[in-house]
Amino acid sequence: MKHGKQRGRKWFSWLPLSLLLLLSGCSENIVVLNPKGPVAKEQYDLIMWSIGFMLFIIVVVFALFAAVLIRYREKPENADYEPPDEEGNTLLEIVWTAIPVIIVAALAIPTVKSTFALEKPPRHDVKPLTIHVTSANWKWIFSYPEQNIETVNYVNIPEDVPVKFKLTSAGPMNSFWVPELGGQKYAMDGMETQLILQADHPGSYMGRSANFSGKQFAHMEFEVVAQTQDEFDKWVKEVQQTAPKLNKEKYGEILKPGLVGRMTFSNTHLEWVDHAKQNSHHGDDEKRNDRHGDMESDHYEH
Amino acid sequence: MKWSEFFVTGEPLIYAADVAIVLTIIGIVFVLTYFKKWKWLWDEWLTTVDHKKIGIMYIICAVLMLFRGGVDALLMRAQLTVPNMKFLDAQHYNEIFTTHGTIMILFMAMPFLIGLMNIVVPLQIGARDVAFPYLNALSFWLFFFGALLFNISFVIGGSPDAGWTAYFPLASNEFSPGVGNNYYAVALQISGIGTLMTGINFLVTILKMRAPGMTLMRMPMFTWTVLITSVLIIFAFPVFTVALALMTFDRLFGTQFFSMANGGMSMLWANLFWIWGHPEVYIVILPSFGIFSEIVSTFARKRLFGYKAMVGSIVGIAFLSFIVWVHHFFTMGAGPAVNSFFSITTMAIAIPTGVKVFNWLFTLRKGKIRLTTAMLWSLAFIPNFVIGGVTGVMLAMAAADYQYHNSYFLIAHFHYVLIAGTVFACFAGIHYWYPKMFGHLLNEHLGKWAFWLFMIGFNICFFPMYFLGLMGMTRRMYTYAAGLGWTPLNVVATIGAVLMGIGFIVFCYNIYYSARYGERDMTGDPWDGRTLEWATASPPAHYNFPVVPEVTDLDAYWAMKKNGSGYEVKEEQLEPIHMPSNSGRPFLISIAFFFAGFGLVFKWFTLAIIAAIFIILGLILRSFDDDDGYYISVDEIKRTERLARKGA
Repeated sequence: MKHGKQRGRKWFSWLPLSLLLLLSGCSENIVVLNPKGPVAKEQYDLIMWSIGFMLFIIVVVFALFAAVLIRYREKPENADYEPPDEEGNTLLEIVWTAIPVIIVAALAIPTVKSTFALEKPPRHDVKPLTIHVTSANWKWIFSYPEQNIETVNYVNIPEDVPVKFKLTSAGPMNSFWVPELGGQKYAMDGMETQLILQADHPGSYMGRSANFSGKQFAHMEFEVVAQTQDEFDKWVKEVQQTAPKLNKEKYGEILKPGLVGRMTFSNTHLEWVDHAKQNSHHGDDEKRNDRHGDMESDHYEH
Repeated sequence: MKWSEFFVTGEPLIYAADVAIVLTIIGIVFVLTYFKKWKWLWDEWLTTVDHKKIGIMYIICAVLMLFRGGVDALLMRAQLTVPNMKFLDAQHYNEIFTTHGTIMILFMAMPFLIGLMNIVVPLQIGARDVAFPYLNALSFWLFFFGALLFNISFVIGGSPDAGWTAYFPLASNEFSPGVGNNYYAVALQISGIGTLMTGINFLVTILKMRAPGMTLMRMPMFTWTVLITSVLIIFAFPVFTVALALMTFDRLFGTQFFSMANGGMSMLWANLFWIWGHPEVYIVILPSFGIFSEIVSTFARKRLFGYKAMVGSIVGIAFLSFIVWVHHFFTMGAGPAVNSFFSITTMAIAIPTGVKVFNWLFTLRKGKIRLTTAMLWSLAFIPNFVIGGVTGVMLAMAAADYQYHNSYFLIAHFHYVLIAGTVFACFAGIHYWYPKMFGHLLNEHLGKWAFWLFMIGFNICFFPMYFLGLMGMTRRMYTYAAGLGWTPLNVVATIGAVLMGIGFIVFCYNIYYSARYGERDMTGDPWDGRTLEWATASPPAHYNFPVVPEVTDLDAYWAMKKNGSGYEVKEEQLEPIHMPSNSGRPFLISIAFFFAGFGLVFKWFTLAIIAAIFIILGLILRSFDDDDGYYISVDEIKRTERLARKGA
């Protein structure tokens, strides 16, 4: 019996200890808590705000739990003790209903604010860059319609410019996630979703698919390279001048299930196919475009 | 189709499994024949409609499935221990996590709890059986053959490999050719029908068959949770039935409900799946809450604190469970207003759950806490579940969820709620009610060893996963590169998983050990219990109670013990007892379901149609069945009761 108590206490001290060890040991690897852009920062702040409340709840419950267990264990000295017949306590029950309500409210308000804020570019004084992202088995294809260039498995973006990633899929659903720049969104066939990210500084950030999409899903990684505006413009010009043209046959080859390396092209596959507009779910194309227009104005430009 | 496609080939693990399966079957057949047990098997088990025996069969299957799902889990942990491991290839890994998830939820957690419900609920409410005993047998056998069909996929035809969520278009013929996902669609459908019937059965049983005096607000908490769970099953499972039927049409008959062509919509599957799927996780957590409530109250020697609030909060949780499903895909781009709504409803679940946690803590307060194995599992539930619960609230915050979604943070969260909630409850429940089921106790010493190994292993395995998630590790990756900083935590997690496995082995050994050397329960009330199941003998006679008890209070048996000498039966009170007859038909109909399902999986429609004819024949025969049971004579009851008392 005494045995069990000691082990129980040891177990209690174990949790915070491991937390500390982990946080001190490898914090730079904890990419979600290492925001490198305003979107990820917004989410980081929300996460930290919630962790505070959660630790408070854990401390309260664990303390009560430990206190009750230690105090009211069956021991030889309380062999004659007979617990009272209590049915409840309305006041106490109101208290522990009200406190969670307050905590939920304190979490819900910033959650709703952030959820709305993340649908808009973090800054409005620069024109956002639009990049179409197409996931296919098992690679990522990035098309820059304004620059008329296309890359595979890597994407270059200018720093401090909001980037509108327009996501779709040529096959199973994937999720586009660059943890250091911000949370993810799904890329789905016949659909277009939008994720806005922005990088504060030049640098390289790993992205991957977060939604299982078949055999080689684990290798669906891509690199996001943030550059200064000058470097980015230089890179775009270079690609436009030197990279080969993409044609339908080559594109068909890329789409075939399998892994491919990085590629660069001086035009985009959007010229002949936009997977977001294939397999219309909403009847005829005209209607669909209307709807799409509505959605766009809904999402941003406020 | 060639034989080499029919049987799964090319993997040494699979060949070993083939050999093991054949040897096991030969062994079982040999033992049954050698000891001349075939008739016993048929009369006592295969044709039984007794809720206690059906419950025991459910639990045996669930423990076997826990073994299967656990082996899957250990294989996955082995593969992920270090980067670039070559233990499993991508395809094999994908099949294993798919079967792990499906089996643990549908063929382990649910049947384990349904087994406990079967054994306990009629006893707790002072009934002689469930409302529809024949239907109950059919429920069990449909579950059994559904589970069997699902499990043979790994040696015949190939396992499903699109995840237990089977998201489209991945789960369509285009991206998942082969029969694996046909197994998923058909096997879950068959066992799902069984579950739906269980829901109806227990709803009626609890509403109509309570002992005189047991008003709704005098029902034991476990019975309350089963009542609400039944309602959840009745509303949620038809959605799954429809979704699976559409999936079956897509895969077998070329319809395009969820496909990428002709206007099919993959998001529709995700919505239907989670409209069922979220209530489903409450189907496995609410009865667990009920089990913990019973055990905490018994071993604190105190009435459950805030009984009315406890009832209110399970009703609240059940209601909310139907309006939170979108939180499984905040990242689908539904728009901020939709996400905000589902964020708030999801967080709101924390309120009734928090109320329950505090009520448990205050049940313990001023109690006299006995640390039996069942109680240890129940106590460990509280802190572990709270960790799972608060991280659940974090996941509910849509904007933050974009960073947690589908990562190991999520994996850690749902294992903390499902293992600390449901699995701990199953272990707690089986230790608590074991004497009622078999007449002897499980060994406490071994029980505590299993508890500490499993509980500590569980924390070592899953706590690091929160951090792996924040490090960007996503679920369902079969391998990862070195240099991401993920390796140390993955090694730790694997060690924890091994400890859990050892804990499970100790638990299984305990079953064997206790059967041989376990302490016999002569009193029927080994824990000084509070509810009616402890009023009758261990194990109870076929008819449960010789005379239906009168209930005057919540904790009915406790009140009897306080106000007199407990539940006493005078021989002149006895009357003949009406009981349902055994029937082999549920078993045979379910075999027909199995073959119909097998035919559908392989598109052997002749077989499917012939089996379907047998199913219909079974239903017709049942409609003309005028066997309405039999009576146990007073003499026989007297004899049984005297024998039971002599034992005491």
